[in-house]
Amino acid sequence: MTTATQTCPECDGPVDVGDTVRASEVIECPECRSELEVVATEPLLLALAPEVEEDWGE
Amino acid sequence: MVSSTAPRTALLASRTRFEEKRLLEALDRRGIPCTAIDTRTVRHHLHDTPPPWDLVLNREISATKALYAALTYESAGVTVINSATAIETCGDKWRTSLALRAAGIPTPPAALALTAQAAEEAAEEIGYPVVLKPLVGSWGRRVALIPDAAALRTVLEYSEALPSPLAKLAYLQRYVDKPDRDIRVIVVGGIPIGAMYRTSDGWRTNVARGATTTACPLTDDLAKLAATAARETGADLAGVDLVEDADGGLQVLEVNHGVEFKGFQEAHTDRIDVAELIVERLVLGADRRMDRETVREVGA
Ligand SMILES: [Zn+2]
Repeated sequence: MTTATQTCPECDGPVDVGDTVRASEVIECPECRSELEVVATEPLLLALAPEVEEDWGE
Repeated sequence: MVSSTAPRTALLASRTRFEEKRLLEALDRRGIPCTAIDTRTVRHHLHDTPPPWDLVLNREISATKALYAALTYESAGVTVINSATAIETCGDKWRTSLALRAAGIPTPPAALALTAQAAEEAAEEIGYPVVLKPLVGSWGRRVALIPDAAALRTVLEYSEALPSPLAKLAYLQRYVDKPDRDIRVIVVGGIPIGAMYRTSDGWRTNVARGATTTACPLTDDLAKLAATAARETGADLAGVDLVEDADGGLQVLEVNHGVEFKGFQEAHTDRIDVAELIVERLVLGADRRMDRETVREVGA
């Protein structure tokens, strides 16, 4: 599995995803605070997570 | 080693957050195979053969999607936690209020008004300031503390313009003059496992709005109220929110079905492992559903 630092699709900043990342995991970009979604793990691919919808939440 | 008693388990989620990751890790540690279902791939034909699971941990973040997935899997004979019934009750503030009131659980005075005009009258009857909440939705979104009739009219005009018929209904609650904190109790399989304070600068104390969390002693009163509230709303896994009123009494505000426990886990460090307890009690438990007798003992 890829553990290298990825690039934030929003700000191009470095995002360290760690080595236990799972598909659909949501991580926050340390630079721009965007929520990023792991859309694939092999190879690792990050995308901006979807916008919050009205009925989301605990 | 695969546990021979483990139910065939699936975890439904569209986002793998802290909570889902911890649950998947806890299942892994026990050697319980678990199918991760991405909600975005879910479709179910009426004549499909039942899915190959005994238990679905329902971690879908959208209440609507969580509800329809639960209805679907339950119809195929799968145990879903939380169930469709729990989502319907907890996901709607008025249904929650009705369930709490019917069970005699202390909860702030609240009213439902079906029109803006009725809402203005209800607010006068409750007395300002009044809290206006959307019936569905969470993380404190669109929850407004309304100081007077003029402000209420403005907010209601905005609600009237929203496309959803549900958004036009007004849920009004008497404002509880609470300290700048409230209390969250997590209940797993009918048993309260711990409590935390949520403290915030503003009057809304949602963790999603930046509230900080600290451990809170789980008193008998808290445990009893939380266990009863979870039971009455049908939630096998519940985050029960309570406030302390000016007289030191406790009032149940709401019961959450899609419990987030990152803040709770941080407040309790390793003294309580929420994911571990969920696996132990809800996945491996002899009776995976809420054990009503046990709850009665705790809540008696
Ligand atoms: Zn970024």
